[in-house]
Order: sequence, then structure tokens, then C-alpha cells
Amino acid sequence: MEINAFLKNFADILDDTDAALITQETVFRDLDEWNSLTALSLIAMADEEYDVKLTGDDIKSSNSLNDIFEIIKNKG
Amino acid sequence: MKANIKAISYYLPEAVLSNDLINRDFPEWDIEKISSKTGINSRHISASDEFSSDMAVKAAEKLFAEHSIDRSTIDFLLFCTQSPDYFLPTTACIIQEKLSLNTSIGALDYNLGCSGFVYGLSLAKGLIAGGMAKNILLITSETYSKFIHPKDKSNKTIFGDAAAATLISSEKGFCSIGDFIFGTDGKGAENLIVKQGGMRFPVSNSNDIEDEFGNIRNDKNLYMNGTEIFNFTGEFVPKLTESILEKSNLSKDDIDLFIFHQANKYMLNHLRKKIKIPEDKFFIAMDHCGNTVSSTIPIAVYEAQKQEKLTDIKNVVLAGFGVGYSWAACNLIIE
Repeated sequence: MEINAFLKNFADILDDTDAALITQETVFRDLDEWNSLTALSLIAMADEEYDVKLTGDDIKSSNSLNDIFEIIKNKG
Repeated sequence: MKANIKAISYYLPEAVLSNDLINRDFPEWDIEKISSKTGINSRHISASDEFSSDMAVKAAEKLFAEHSIDRSTIDFLLFCTQSPDYFLPTTACIIQEKLSLNTSIGALDYNLGCSGFVYGLSLAKGLIAGGMAKNILLITSETYSKFIHPKDKSNKTIFGDAAAATLISSEKGFCSIGDFIFGTDGKGAENLIVKQGGMRFPVSNSNDIEDEFGNIRNDKNLYMNGTEIFNFTGEFVPKLTESILEKSNLSKDDIDLFIFHQANKYMLNHLRKKIKIPEDKFFIAMDHCGNTVSSTIPIAVYEAQKQEKLTDIKNVVLAGFGVGYSWAACNLIIE
């Protein structure tokens, strides 16, 4: 699993956010587009792309996109 | 003896919660975009003096009128709700009186949510198979809106109130009811819950809490842990679909139409892709009413029939899943 591909997958679930804003350090919670539905999209993406079950607690305990990346990597 | 679905009708309360109204209360919530994903454009909300029995009666009266059904032929009433009028008496007894059904009927309430319609079909089939009843009126009715905190934008966007009435009969209908698969896992109880109001936690003044997405609610209100529910369905619904196909000796290709509990379009499409169901065999009809809990499946079946999606086809699979956790699936054979 590769970070750039993950960041692109994350950018793809957003509609209005400039992909350039999506980096390893991005605090996803601070994005304007972050809401309960984007959280579901992230879970769906982890499932579809990486066959990993990401939980609400995984998301809650994460801060940056890199944190999410690490969780998915460890569960994969 | 075969059990058949003869007719379905449904009732939506008059008041409409449109996207515009939601937008007025939550300007930060991009409702048009959210709606394009959830597939919900409006929800109907029960009046402050309108309760599940009132809606049940309206749905049943519609059923009798729309399909010319003689109410005196009804010999059993099954009523599914999680928002009953009272702790006691049984809401089904109130409905019997309001509908002027025979006093010789059996009537009972049962408490299930999104799986409730499929469970109701199984109970009705059992009553017919056991020779205990011939014409069963199954009513699903929910007023979840009364549980939702006015500042809980997530749940307000998803849920709508509705009631549906279905006649299941030993006589021929538009389809016969096939096999069933059930499932239950109480470990999910806390993920979809109204905590207060029962015996364990009577209603008391509890503090409003804001969640990570800015929704406000307290323990009197409906709480849904969306991410956990999403994961639960992703894990169990594919297995449920596989099990009902196996039980009914059908392959996925034999099924002409899948009608799942209409939770929201986003979740449904995720499940559809996971199970690999082609889009044209997967019915979605919730744009006008939202997630109406136990009424979503009968509403979708009604709409499918209206859109002639049940014409010239043979096999339909229904699947309900949610609060409990509780889930069930069955197959219908179109006559």
C-alpha cells in the first residue's frame, strides 16, 4: 500500500476540495467537506480499495490522513 | 398452504421536511450535495397530535379503498412499531377498534425496526401455514421524527415518518412468499438506540451533547452510530443475501429484483457493489420519503409495482437490516 495512491483515493471521495490540499499532514477533520457522510465514504473506500474494515473509533482516534493510512496499512 | 401478498398501500403524513427547510436550519450543511448522495429529497413528518396508530389506520383505510378489500375478511392484525402510542395497551388493539375490524381477530404488536417488514411476512406465513388465520393485515408504522433532536441534522436528513399496510392471504395475490433467513446480534444494541423512556432509564433531564460532526442530541433522542451501522451492514448483508439464495435454491442471476431496506442510497449502492448486483436489478425508492424504518420495503414494493418493475418477472429478494442488530431476508415469487 502506497501513500500517494491512498491520498488520491481520499481526494476522490471529496467533491469540492482541491486535491493539492490533500497531503499526509492534512487534518481531515478541518476540511470544509468533512461530515458524517464523508466519514462513511472513507470507510467505504478502505473497504473497496484495501479490503480493510475501518471503524468509527479508528477515525475518531486519528488526526492526520497519515494516521488513517497507518491504520489501514496495519489492518491490511 | 401458500401465503401470498395480495396488496400494499402506504401513508405519508402531510407535513414535508424539504431540503430547503433543512438548509434554513443548518446553513453550513450542503444539503443538495448530501441529498444527491443519500438519495433523499424530502421526508414526511407526523403532526404533533398524530401517532403511530393514527398513521396505521390511515394506511389501512387506504389499503381497503385502493384495493377494494372487505375489512370483515381480516382475521389477524400484526403491528410493527418502535414508537407505540402507549406502553400499554397494545397499539394493535387500538387499531382494531379504530378500523372496526372484527372482535374475533388476533392482534399483537411487535417491536422491530428496519428488519420488521420481513419478520412480519414470516409471522403471517406461519399463521397461514398453521391454519390459524387466512387474511392477515400487517401494518408497519413509525414516528421516529418525535425521537430526533431538532438540532440533529444527520438523522433529520435521513429519517421520515410513514406507515404501510399489507394484506397477506391464503388466497392468490400478486406474489407468494418463499423462504426466510433471520439474524440477530444484540451486541449492536447501543449503536442505534433511544436510551431513555423505557423502564431502565425513564425520561429525565439530560444534557445535550454535540458529536464529532456537530449533531446535537441527548439520551431522550434517537442515537445512531452511522459508522458502526455502515460496517455492520457491510459485513452482514452480503452474507444474508447469499444465505437466502442458498435457502431458496436460486442463483443471483435468477433474481429479477432485489429490494433492500431503504437506509440511504449511498449505503445501498455500497452494498450493491459489494454483492455485485447489477444496477437495473436493484430497486431504490426513497427520494420522496427518506428512511421510514420498517415501512421502506413495503413502500419500495408498492413503487416497484407502480413502475411495472414487477411485471413479467419471477423472483424478488427482500432484505431488512438494522436496529437490534436484527436482520432478515426472504424471496417472493411473482405470480
